[in-house]
Amino acid sequence: MKIHEYQAKAILRKYGVAVPKGKPAFSADEARKVAEELIRETGNQTLVVKAQIHAGGRGKGRYKEDPELGGVKVVKGAEEAAKMAARMLGKTLVTHQTGPEGKKVARILIEQGMEIDKEMYVGGVVDRVAQRITMMACAEGGVEIETIAAKTPEKILKESCDPLTGLAAFQARKLAFGLGLKGAANGNAVKFLQALARAFDGEDASLAEINPLVITKSGEVFALDAKFNLDDNAEHRHEEWHELRDTSEEEPTELEAKAADLSYVKLDGTIGCMVNGAGLAMSTMDIIKQFGGEPANFLDVGGAADKERVTKAFKIIMKDRNVKGIFVNIFGGIVQCDVVAQGVVDAVKEIGLTVPLVVRLEGTNVEAGRKILKDSGLNVTPALDMADGAKKIVELAR
Amino acid sequence: MSILCDKNTRVVVQGTGRAGAFHAKQCLDYGTQIVAGVAPGKGGQDFVGRPTYDTVAEAVKKQGADCSVIFVPAAGAADAIMEAADAGIRLIICITEGIPAMDMIKVKRYLAGKEARLIGPNGPGVITPGEAKIGIMPGYIHKPGNIGVVSRSGTLTYEAVDQLTRLGIGQSTCLGIGGDQVPGSVFVDILELFAKDPKTKGVVMIGEIGGSAEEDAARFVKENMKGKPVAAFIAGKTAPPGKRMGHAGAIIAGGKGTAKDKIEALEAAGIKVAPNPAEIGKTLASLL
Repeated sequence: MKIHEYQAKAILRKYGVAVPKGKPAFSADEARKVAEELIRETGNQTLVVKAQIHAGGRGKGRYKEDPELGGVKVVKGAEEAAKMAARMLGKTLVTHQTGPEGKKVARILIEQGMEIDKEMYVGGVVDRVAQRITMMACAEGGVEIETIAAKTPEKILKESCDPLTGLAAFQARKLAFGLGLKGAANGNAVKFLQALARAFDGEDASLAEINPLVITKSGEVFALDAKFNLDDNAEHRHEEWHELRDTSEEEPTELEAKAADLSYVKLDGTIGCMVNGAGLAMSTMDIIKQFGGEPANFLDVGGAADKERVTKAFKIIMKDRNVKGIFVNIFGGIVQCDVVAQGVVDAVKEIGLTVPLVVRLEGTNVEAGRKILKDSGLNVTPALDMADGAKKIVELAR
Repeated sequence: MSILCDKNTRVVVQGTGRAGAFHAKQCLDYGTQIVAGVAPGKGGQDFVGRPTYDTVAEAVKKQGADCSVIFVPAAGAADAIMEAADAGIRLIICITEGIPAMDMIKVKRYLAGKEARLIGPNGPGVITPGEAKIGIMPGYIHKPGNIGVVSRSGTLTYEAVDQLTRLGIGQSTCLGIGGDQVPGSVFVDILELFAKDPKTKGVVMIGEIGGSAEEDAARFVKENMKGKPVAAFIAGKTAPPGKRMGHAGAIIAGGKGTAKDKIEALEAAGIKVAPNPAEIGKTLASLL
C-alpha cells in the first residue's frame, strides 16, 4: 500500500526520524494558515509547496493545465504559498511515473525551506537474499537509484538488520562513514538511520526511500522527500491504515477487486483471464501471448475462493469493454473446481454472456465441476489442457 | 522415503477450521498418517476422526507427531510455525498465504540453529506420490517415480506434475516453496536434497519473476547436479514490469529479477528451459 509523502513524514517523525517542519493543506486558505504558522515557528519566509500524489518525479513533472509549473515549488511568504497552492490544487500532474494521463492533485504539503549542502540517498527494503530488512545508503542522492543499482552497484552500501537488535549503532556508523559524513553530520545520520530502521520494523513497511536525504551546512540531517510503502499483509494489525489509504489514487477496478480479496491487474489486451494461483495466472498470460492473443488482465482468484468471489471476479473481467473472450484456467488444489464452476454459472446467469468463454478445469473435485458446466446449458467451450484452452480462446475471440 | 516425508511420517494439522478439515480429510484418504489436530481451546474435540490438542507439544507427546501442516490464518501463522519448531517438529509445512514479511523475518531468526525445516508459507505443501500427501495438492494427478518437482507456484506445480504423469513419468517428491519474499526454504535448499537422494534421477524446477533464487539455483545445479538432468520454466515473461515485482527486490539484486535474466542464467548452467507452461513435461522427457 502506498501513502502520501506528508503521511510518511508524520509516521517517521514519530520514530525520531528528522523531517522538515510542515503540514498538509487541502485548500488555498488552509495553505495560507499553515504557511503563517510555519513562518512564525521558524522565522524563515522561505517555504516549499509540494503536490501530493502517489508517484515520484514530481519536481520534474508538469501540470497538464499549466505546463510551466512543476510539482514542487519554492516560495517566499504565506501569500505566495497560498497563491501557489491555488495554482496546484485541482490540476493534473504528469510525471514519468504517472503515465500520460497524470494524477489529479487534491492535497499539497507546505514545508520550511532548507539550506542544502549535500544530497544523498537512504532506504530500506525487505531483502529476499538476506531474508531480513536491509538498509541502504548512497552518497549520490536526488537521482534515480535504479540507475545507480544497475550501473554502479558498488556505490550502494548495505547493512542487514538482525530482527533481535534492529540496525545496530555500529552498522549505522558503517553506513554514515561510508557516505563520507564526519562530525555532527555523522552523529545525526547514525540517529536518522537507526530511527528509520525502527520505523520500518514497527510500522510493517515494505519499502522506505529517503531521496534525497539532505545534509545542511551546520551538519543537520533531514528527509527532504520520503516514500514509505506498507506491507498489505500486515493490514490486520494496523487499524490506523484505513485513514491513510487514498482510494482516489487507485485504479477503480483494482480497488473493487481488492475489496473482494482478488488479485487483479488491468492490462491492455482483449482476452480476459480468470486463474487460480499467481504463477499459473502469469503463465496463462504468457501462453495466450504465444498463441497470438493479448491478455486483458492478470487475475488470481486466490486460495480460498468461494462461489461469491468467483462470481465477483467474472463480473470484474466483464466490466472491461476491451474483453472479446474469456479464458477460465483452474487447476484446483485448495480451490475446488465445482465451486468455481458454480460461481461462473451464477455470474453468467446474472449478467449474461456476450463473448466466447473457454473453461479449463483440472484438480480437486474436477468431475463435479465439469458436470455443473455441462448441465448448465451455457455456451461454454471446454478445454483439454492449458495450451488447448489458450489456442481456442485466441481463435474464438478473433 | 524420498526427500522429506513418507508413509511413516506422523502429521499434526495446526488450524482445524473448514480448510484444515477439508484438506486433512483428503490427506487421510491419500494414505497420509494424520495423527492429530491442534487448535488452542479445542483440545478434546474430534478432528476428522483424530484427537484435537490445545498445543503442538501435547500432540507430539501423545501421538509422536514429527511433521506439521499449518492452515492457521495469516495473523497467527507465524506463531504457529514457531510453536511447531519449539515442540520438536522436524518438518513444518505452512500453507497459509498473506503472512506479513516482518513476521517471517522474525520466524526465520527464530528457526536459525533449530532442526526444523520450514516449507512455505504460501505454498501447496509436499507430496511423496504413493506414500504421503501433506498439503492441498490434488493427489490423483501424481504417480510414484523418479523425478523431483520444486516450484515457487502452487498451481504451476500441479500443471507440471499432470504433464509428467500423462507422459508416464512418475515423481519422487513434489513440493512448492511458496511465492513469498521470505520463504522458509529456497530452491537451493531443496535441490541439495534432490542431489543427495538416490531415488531422484531428474528435477523439474519452476520459478517466476522477482528476486534471484533462480539464479542461485542455476549456480548450484551447475556445480552439484551432474548426472541428474534439470528442466525448468519461468513464469511471468509477459508480466508488465514494476506492477508485481516492485522495484525493491530489483534494487537489492542489482537489476536482476526479469524472466529473461533468469532464463539466461538457467540455460548457461545447462538447464533446459521450457518455452511455455504447456511443455514443461515434454522438456523434462527430452532429457531422459
